Amino acid sequence: MSVAAIELIGVDKRFGTVHANRDIHLAIEKGTIHGIIGENGAGKSTLMSILYGFYQADSGEIRINGNATKISDPNAAIGMGIGMVHQHFMLVENFTVLENVMLGVEGAPLLKNGIAKARAELKRLEQEYELDVDPDALIEELPVGLQQRVEILKALYRGAEILVLDEPTGVLTPPEADHLFRILEQLRDQGKTIILITHKLREIMAATDNVSVMRQGSVVATRKTSETSVEELAELMVGRRVLLRVQKGEAQPGEVKLSVENLTVRDSRGVVMVDNASFNVRAGEIVGIAGVAGNGQSQLIETIAGIRAAVSGRVLLDGQLIDITGAADPGELRDRGLAHVPEDRHHMGLVLAFEEYENSILGYHDDPLYLKGPFLDIDAIKADARKKIEKYDIRPGDPNLKTANFSGGNQQKIVLAREIERDPGVLIIGQPTRGVDVGAIEFIHKRIIEMRDAGKAVLLVSVELDEIRSLSDRILVMFAGRIVGERDAEADEGELGCLMAGVEQLEAAQ
Amino acid sequence: MSQPFAKLPAWADYGLLPLINLVVAFFVAGLVVLLVGENPIDAAVLMVKGAFGSGDGVGYTLYYATNFIFTGLCVAVAFHCGLFNIGGEGQAYIGGLGVAFIGLSLGDTLPWWVVFPLAIVASGIAGALWALIPAWLQARRGSHVVITTIMFNFIAASIMVYIVVQILKPMNIQSPETRVFGAGGQLPSLGWLLNSVGLNMRSAPLNLSFLISLVAAFLVWVLIWRTKLGYEIRTMGFSPKAARYAGISELRIIIITMMISGALAGMMALNPIMGAQHRLQLDFVAGAGFVGIAVALMGRSHPVGIVLAAILFGMLYQGGAEIAFDMPNISRDMIVIIQGLVILFAGALEHMFRPTLQRIFFGFSRKKNETAAPVTAGGNQ
Repeated sequence: MSVAAIELIGVDKRFGTVHANRDIHLAIEKGTIHGIIGENGAGKSTLMSILYGFYQADSGEIRINGNATKISDPNAAIGMGIGMVHQHFMLVENFTVLENVMLGVEGAPLLKNGIAKARAELKRLEQEYELDVDPDALIEELPVGLQQRVEILKALYRGAEILVLDEPTGVLTPPEADHLFRILEQLRDQGKTIILITHKLREIMAATDNVSVMRQGSVVATRKTSETSVEELAELMVGRRVLLRVQKGEAQPGEVKLSVENLTVRDSRGVVMVDNASFNVRAGEIVGIAGVAGNGQSQLIETIAGIRAAVSGRVLLDGQLIDITGAADPGELRDRGLAHVPEDRHHMGLVLAFEEYENSILGYHDDPLYLKGPFLDIDAIKADARKKIEKYDIRPGDPNLKTANFSGGNQQKIVLAREIERDPGVLIIGQPTRGVDVGAIEFIHKRIIEMRDAGKAVLLVSVELDEIRSLSDRILVMFAGRIVGERDAEADEGELGCLMAGVEQLEAAQ
Repeated sequence: MSQPFAKLPAWADYGLLPLINLVVAFFVAGLVVLLVGENPIDAAVLMVKGAFGSGDGVGYTLYYATNFIFTGLCVAVAFHCGLFNIGGEGQAYIGGLGVAFIGLSLGDTLPWWVVFPLAIVASGIAGALWALIPAWLQARRGSHVVITTIMFNFIAASIMVYIVVQILKPMNIQSPETRVFGAGGQLPSLGWLLNSVGLNMRSAPLNLSFLISLVAAFLVWVLIWRTKLGYEIRTMGFSPKAARYAGISELRIIIITMMISGALAGMMALNPIMGAQHRLQLDFVAGAGFVGIAVALMGRSHPVGIVLAAILFGMLYQGGAEIAFDMPNISRDMIVIIQGLVILFAGALEHMFRPTLQRIFFGFSRKKNETAAPVTAGGNQ
């Protein structure tokens, strides 16, 4: 075996009492795609932040191409040929591709000469790696897939030999993700080393040569991808066997509970976000809305939940109209049996600064159960919160703990417990497992299926196509605000991917 | 990435950190004193002695503190709703109209214990109404309360000049003030309270409204942390999106919160008007509305912290006056500089030492916990 591109020897990092990385030993071969997989909070991001110089390891050694080095800041990392493509792009939206690529390495106080040189270099890189982007296009006008390509070009422009990609597919459609993987393979074939951080098992299997699994700050295993399986990796990640495929029986759809007719919603700038959408959700079925983030799903469910105003259309709950003029009281909708688990649990579903028990009544704080006159009945609220903690296995099980100190999965369970325990007729649920660890995903999926089996109508929105496919009885695909297709649960992934990317629309237009 | 540093324990957060800020503020203030050629230690001794060394010193310190408790609570209540009410000054000023109205009309005929509750209500209503317009503009029109309340301070000042000079001032008085209220419009002094701990208050104006300010502080605590309304206010303050989701009306909460805030500022007028001068004088607020911002910041918007911070600022006012009197090189303006430094370090730069303190703190606790089971960053199901 040749010298490893990166070798980590005994890297250890603590934040206060949190042991984020413990005694990490990891060798990444030159010219390979190495996947790092683990749940949220397993220490992946910390490890990469150490590699990129954001943090210093408490102990341990980093060797690049066999030489022990000290990476004191991101500039040092770039100097050693490490490039990072962040989960959230670090691009200036109203700059052109070229301006973004040369940002920080302009080369001279006056831009004139730098621009010409940068343009030539960018051209060379684009040809060498077949990464076509128009250098003069504005970032904000590019689709996310291309924006990501610009991030990769930025790293290559700075001479990166080792590319670190942090959850790169979160914002991509399946075809775009496949395209990205092809680009990565090409980069590898030209001698670059690539580290791919993800929590999606499918991507590891599809794109990597080797894979390391992290759990609770440690690297628990490293495997050749060809010699492992999804089941084994999942088990290593969680530390026990996990059910990856949700078990569920046939749906028994009943009467229509929620009915949306010709709904059109604009955002504050007047852009149409939901375009003439119509559909029904029946009792005892899960209707999933698939789509790439930002195609109007968020606006759709927020409008139904009474949070956002619609321009036109009607929404009926149990045959009764819902006020969608923006003046609706979400509290009143709750009384009518509409529960809503919002996509954005950090800002909408929870108040992170509150203690757990305070969040367990958010939206239901008008209930006399929790009140003594104008005063909060704190004993009653806490007793109620404890019951939910027990039933939903929320950890740590302390109603006085600040909500921000719970992990993503447990925060989501706090929201779910609050909404589901009210026994609503209709449950709207957005991104039920975003930022949630594998173990909790299983639990949350089971609860959603239970709701369906109890005869509730469930409207599910998720950007995880796998989740939509495994939970839904019917799948609606949203693209550019419109519902562009309805498929049953057995629909082919490729077909759904094409719908999500608006391919049919493009073809029809041509 | 999650927050790399865990939370400081409460005693460090609420005790040690403000103390460090205060020490640094006094250290820098000491340098200023040194610069004008006085001994900073003498000045510090003089200040503390002036504020707490005698019965009348304590009386004055607590008298000033009363003003700051009310205005500090005013800022804190709004702050819990995410609103920055800079208009305490104007609301207190208009609150004075309420007190004067009751004091002038009923003070001659009714006993103080009947007049006082009415004056509390009247000052509260007047302050609340003065906060209502900015509140409505914020809730309905999105006009920022910071801007509107500042402007309303100027409007209040002008209105008060007009009302006092043109309407309330008796013909035979030269200075801009009302006539002295009758006996019913004068609050009992708290001299007996200081007497009971062996202090003689002499002419210091400490009066019953100090106790009322403590009651107000307790009621604010109940409101914010123990009532449904307080829950809604805090939800709005932390996350307006969550409030919308929870079906809390933004319009209603903003207006109610601002009116409560304005009412607390308005009640500040009881202390100087009914408690000390027994008449409405122009400029009686004297910046207390603005000091309230610093008090609320330093007290972390918690009533206990506000009472303590208000007493500290009362000490600066009273002790500062003593220094100015005894040290000829230190003028009244120098005292304002020292107060400004306290506000700067304790209020505005509140978080300056936090990262360092956290690093030191966890440097120790790491060694202590080396053998203990580590807490994982993300919970495991």
